[in-house]
Amino acid sequence: MKRSLMLALFVLTLAAPALAQTPPPSKPAAQDGFVPVDAPVTGQDTIPAPRLVAIAYGFIWVVIFGYVWSVRSRLAHVERELEAVSRRVPERK
Amino acid sequence: MTGFARAVWVITRKDLLVEARTREIFFTTAFFALACVLVFAFGFVQQGRAVGDVAAGILWIAIAFSGTLALGRAFERERHGETLRALLIAPIDRPALYVGKLIGILILMAAVEVIVVPLVALMFQAALFDHALLMLGLLAAGTVGFAAVGTLFAAMLVRARSRDVMLPVLLYPITVPVIIAGVRGTAALLQPEGGVPMARAWLAMLVFFDVVFITLALWTFEPVMTE
Amino acid sequence: MVKKLFVPLVVVGAAMFAYAPFMILAAPYESTMGLVQKIFYFHASCGMAMFLASFVSGVGSAAFLFTKKPWADRWAVAGAEATVIIGLLVLVTGPLWAHKAWGVWWTWDVRITATFVMWMTFNAYLLVRRYGGPGSERLAAAVALFGMANVPFVYWSVNVWRTLHPKTSVIPTLQPGMRGTFWFCVCAFLLLTTVMVMLRSELEKRRQELDALYLAAED
Repeated sequence: MKRSLMLALFVLTLAAPALAQTPPPSKPAAQDGFVPVDAPVTGQDTIPAPRLVAIAYGFIWVVIFGYVWSVRSRLAHVERELEAVSRRVPERK
Repeated sequence: MTGFARAVWVITRKDLLVEARTREIFFTTAFFALACVLVFAFGFVQQGRAVGDVAAGILWIAIAFSGTLALGRAFERERHGETLRALLIAPIDRPALYVGKLIGILILMAAVEVIVVPLVALMFQAALFDHALLMLGLLAAGTVGFAAVGTLFAAMLVRARSRDVMLPVLLYPITVPVIIAGVRGTAALLQPEGGVPMARAWLAMLVFFDVVFITLALWTFEPVMTE
Repeated sequence: MVKKLFVPLVVVGAAMFAYAPFMILAAPYESTMGLVQKIFYFHASCGMAMFLASFVSGVGSAAFLFTKKPWADRWAVAGAEATVIIGLLVLVTGPLWAHKAWGVWWTWDVRITATFVMWMTFNAYLLVRRYGGPGSERLAAAVALFGMANVPFVYWSVNVWRTLHPKTSVIPTLQPGMRGTFWFCVCAFLLLTTVMVMLRSELEKRRQELDALYLAAED
């Protein structure tokens, strides 16, 4: 049973290239005129300007606050560790 | 021969002898470069012809990638045999160690380029040898610039963790001018007319880059390699 | 001396940042780009701040490589982190502005590409310090030094390779109403960068003290 299943699968995979020989679809004539934008173009974008400005400033604030907060918390952590270790050192000596 | 030149010669000769016996790095690097060319060909060749200046780009990308590999392998060999520590303890100038390794890498990369450059010219119908001297100059200056920075960084990273990935991460941003100059200079030479002055300008920049960065590397090799 | 300057710098910097949005809103609209141009005040200021931070890191790295003094290493790593953070701001606000102003998100022109290369270089610096294992401070310092020496070459080669970004001369041709706001924002960001670098190098100093203390405790 398993062997015949394997054989069927094998035959099917061999048939796949035959099925893939379909001819490529012909391009409609109207599409030939499209030329990708090379030179700078103004004003035909979909994202409104206030949103871009808001995203820009929002991003700046978030990143700066995030970084300063991260440095301060790392500093607090290290200072706590410093205190803990400096208490141990006089005990040993 | 001065002591410096003798030390350089000893180190270079050692590397070349070891490599000549196994030819391991040479073969693997050369075939890797060919594999690169193959993969990029699939990306950029349309209907049997290469698109635009693609041959120049593919050539220099293959050089950069295979050069990175060769650098990694060359110093991996040192790390494996613990020979780098022996070299550092040896009573030679540190800069001599750097120059010796650099010349060894340069000879290796030149050997690989001897194979890859004609093949790229063939496969992409690129007339790379119309201005043979300029082309050789660009190849030489570009390889020297790439290898100069690469030898220093690869030596630095020998004892580091994740050294295989770190080398490209460090090397590629620094060698951006070399790649740009190599690709654009080669592309200028491939133009049907008028590209020679541009190629000369790129060559001049490459030579300047080489001088500056070999000097920097000689300066920093000592402080970076000492414990 | 550095510690005494810290609090006044924070106060002035915070005040400037609080005031900046009002100045920016009051500044005149630029004729062709409209509202989006207002991103420029922070974007160009971040660019200058990134340059300052990278300079600090480069000089600190060179000093550390050749003098091995710990303060040089502190400034080097603080400058590098600031370069990466502020560089991220430049590389994000730039495309947001370019999308409206030029219709494309990214172009491979001089300033943009060179900034990206510098940002990658200092990312490499931080990666080496983090994952490089022992002795990575010196390796990273060499990366920063090479990265800074690379700047003129990157500019020259990318410039010859491509030419879109407003040239530096856009600043003198700013309208008077914009000029004041622009330089105010530049000063605010330079102050912020200084504060960030000082704070970060303080953290590094504490870490070095902690390491020394651990070594002493093991005796």
